[in-house]
Amino acid sequence: MSFPLLSSLIILPTIGAIFILFGRSSSGYNASKYISIFVSLANFVLSIYLWYAFDKNIVGFQFVEEKVWLTGFINYKVGIDGISILFIILTTFITTLCIYSVNSTVKYRLKDFLVAILFMETMMIGVFCSLDLVIFYLFFEAGLIPMFLIIGIWGGDRRVYSAFKFFLYTLLGSVLMLVAIITIYWMTGTTDVVELYQLGIDLKYQNLLWLAFFSSFAVKTPMWPVHTWLPDAHVEAPTVGSVLLAAILLKMAGYGFIRFSVGLFPAASEFFVPLVFGLSLVAIIYTSLIALMQEDMKKLIAYSSVAHMGFVTMGIFTMTVEGIEGSIFQMISHGIISAALFLCVGVVYERMHTREISKYGGIVSVMPRYALVFMIFALGSLGLPGTTGFVGEFLILLGTFKVNFVVATIASLGVILGAAYMLWLYRRVVFGEITNSEVNKLIDLNRPEIIILSSLALTSIFFGFYPDPLLSTTSVSVENLIDQFNANLKIYTVNNL
Amino acid sequence: MMNLDLIIPEIFLSLSIMFLLMVGVFKKNSERLVYNLSIVALIILFSLVINLFSINEKLVFNESYKISNLSSFMKSITIISAIFVMFSSSEYIKSLNILKIEYPILILSSILGMMIMISSNDLIVFYLGLELQSLALYVLASFNRDNVLSSESGLKYFVLSALSSGLLLYGCSLIYGFSGSTNFIYIANSSTLIEYGVIFGLVFIIVGLAFKISAVPFHMWAPDVYQGSPTSVTLFFAALPKVAALTAFINFLYTPFVNLIDQWQTILVFISIASMLFGAIAAIGQSNLKRLIAYSSIGHMGYALAGLASGTNQGIQSSITYISIYLVMTLCFFSCLFMLRKKNVFYEKIEDLSGLSINHPILSISLLVVLFSLAGIPPLAGFFAKFYIFMAVIEQSMYFLAIVGLLSTVVAAFYYLRLIKIIYFDKPTEKFETDHSLGLKITLTISTGILILYFIYPGLLNDFVSKIIII
Repeated sequence: MSFPLLSSLIILPTIGAIFILFGRSSSGYNASKYISIFVSLANFVLSIYLWYAFDKNIVGFQFVEEKVWLTGFINYKVGIDGISILFIILTTFITTLCIYSVNSTVKYRLKDFLVAILFMETMMIGVFCSLDLVIFYLFFEAGLIPMFLIIGIWGGDRRVYSAFKFFLYTLLGSVLMLVAIITIYWMTGTTDVVELYQLGIDLKYQNLLWLAFFSSFAVKTPMWPVHTWLPDAHVEAPTVGSVLLAAILLKMAGYGFIRFSVGLFPAASEFFVPLVFGLSLVAIIYTSLIALMQEDMKKLIAYSSVAHMGFVTMGIFTMTVEGIEGSIFQMISHGIISAALFLCVGVVYERMHTREISKYGGIVSVMPRYALVFMIFALGSLGLPGTTGFVGEFLILLGTFKVNFVVATIASLGVILGAAYMLWLYRRVVFGEITNSEVNKLIDLNRPEIIILSSLALTSIFFGFYPDPLLSTTSVSVENLIDQFNANLKIYTVNNL
Repeated sequence: MMNLDLIIPEIFLSLSIMFLLMVGVFKKNSERLVYNLSIVALIILFSLVINLFSINEKLVFNESYKISNLSSFMKSITIISAIFVMFSSSEYIKSLNILKIEYPILILSSILGMMIMISSNDLIVFYLGLELQSLALYVLASFNRDNVLSSESGLKYFVLSALSSGLLLYGCSLIYGFSGSTNFIYIANSSTLIEYGVIFGLVFIIVGLAFKISAVPFHMWAPDVYQGSPTSVTLFFAALPKVAALTAFINFLYTPFVNLIDQWQTILVFISIASMLFGAIAAIGQSNLKRLIAYSSIGHMGYALAGLASGTNQGIQSSITYISIYLVMTLCFFSCLFMLRKKNVFYEKIEDLSGLSINHPILSISLLVVLFSLAGIPPLAGFFAKFYIFMAVIEQSMYFLAIVGLLSTVVAAFYYLRLIKIIYFDKPTEKFETDHSLGLKITLTISTGILILYFIYPGLLNDFVSKIIII
């Protein structure tokens, strides 16, 4: 058996966390910080190597590891295909940047914070690797614990309320998924995703099971109308928490939709397309309008996340290659851009201790460098060609036009609204007269901030101009998914006749 | 025919109780000695019980006493947890000045009662064990006799328990009257099972047992007794009698009344749903940790009964797994409680935990682990306990029970989260003392370790259980 690459990706952050946890407290902040930077960087390098070693042309899962876990029924099984590998790299990339940025954003109990983030990384990577429903559920749920603590300990004024809301919403959604998982086990005798792809699930139960999975993923995505936890959690979480939440946690659900909803329940997915389209459209239009009304910068970006994830869910359920590839690309792009936007908000929040848009204005004259990077990400968020945001949205709309003209047209309006709130935010914060004397005292970006933000900006622009490395990684897997989907659908229709 | 070798553990325990009583009476100031000797006795007892594992099911004394792998397993987890209860609570007992020679001896007698209950295969033997166990518990509940709450809880427990014993005894007499025997096997084979008298008897017995296990709607005593008793006794209450009562449930439902499954399944499903929901909702308003854990244990018994209600082998195994993990969680939680000490005063209000994570990071992590485990969040042991239960329940297509159970875990998660909020998010208060006895530290470390590391090989316990317990 070859070297267990995926398992080491999963376990490495935890080992680092244990070292920090039981390390001598007298050795101070620095030691724990270096350990965590080292571990996350090592993980990032490992995941890049994984991408390098990954064969894009193979259909199916690679680097599969399987080990007996619960004798007789559940195996620990991890593996990746073209869909999951990008999320793993996103996770390790964003986590590394987060850990690098904690110095300026986390003022107290740094050690605990690093431990929480590292545990979080383990759980996030685990979600994207697992090829067994129970293992997936385990990682999916376990991620709640560190996130709850991150929001609750280091959050803002209403942190307790937000942390509880986040935890209970997500848990409520997920328990139904657990019922569905166990039901699937008793129906088919396995929870192994690869085997389940082959076996297929009885048509009679698909709709109910799909709904059970949907309840979990819809909360996590978040889709309208269960999105209300997200603005609260985003606003109250510390900067790094918001970044992780927006960049990676939301993607777990999108990934889940592709891997499980579409993969396991093709007939039900087809059946529920109108529902998903409807909810996605509401999310795109309605939350964009809400975003226009926001006075709080973080809240605005949080609502924009809901709108962007609306595009993602819409793209997934077009069941076209363009739509799904676009959704994956959009998730990666949103991971980079929303992370960057939250970091940008964090930068000025650290200096001004307010997130209210009206308190700002005219920043460009005191923080020119900041104005530049903020512009890149604002434009990326509204989908300007040349940034990753454009590629994702374009592909999704392309896929949607193929399937449903009306839906695509309405969704396109969302793009305009997206441009409206983003540009308006940018204008109010960066341009205009300086009305608040505090703004004059602002200092431009320091070196760590420049490193973090510019690396995100470069990634966004690079893949905006040259998306091929990402798209070619996913294409074989996505095509295979669609082929299987159509083949299964055909079998079901034949059986139904 | 005498089969004394099969009941060596019981004989040994009886003899050591008498011996320790003599030591206590004739030797001055021997409280510590008796306490330590009783721990030694328990350890020896444990090895004796382990010895009986290889034996297949055997009936002794006119088939009124059953030695099987199930009984040996239940006895051994009872004894192990008793050892840890004694270990962890010695410091508490000493500083509360309730270390008297009677204390360990009462604990030992109650364990003897439990062992008889676990092995009983006859209504009368069962009742004897039950009463021996309960009598010792009444005294233990009011052991801190200068404290009003403690005396009240002892009295309350005694009165209500006597009532339930009465009901149980009435059920036994009905069953004897209609089936003509007190022996489980004869009852099972008797042709008159369908008669109403027997079914009434069954209902009364379930009521009596539900009382002992503190399941809704027979839970009223639990919060007051848990709160009033000395914490060390509360720990004992929360852990051990539940094992014995659960085993009695298994024995009753799957030996004499196995053919009446249609009748008792409905009752059990009701009790289980009611306990899960009530335990989750009623705990929200509590401000005393011991009261809170009482409601939480009511909820947990609901889950354990849900496994039994499924009526399958898998269900029984999941219940046994559940109760074993529940024991570990209870031990861990109470070990944390024992550590909340300032100048010989033990704190048990929720607010006392405020900001604990700043002053006592390691203790807080233990509490974090045990609370998330009680809430059933993966990857901690409590999740797997619930997972097995729901596996068994859903196998029987009892979706309603499963969904209600899972939804009440969400409700229950709220109050566990509230505790975590107080520990981690709130402002710190004064520090607690940190010099604790070795036994307490060991108990806390082992139980937390089990809860965290259980996920590495979660099949271990369940495989073991499924290998030894085939009904």
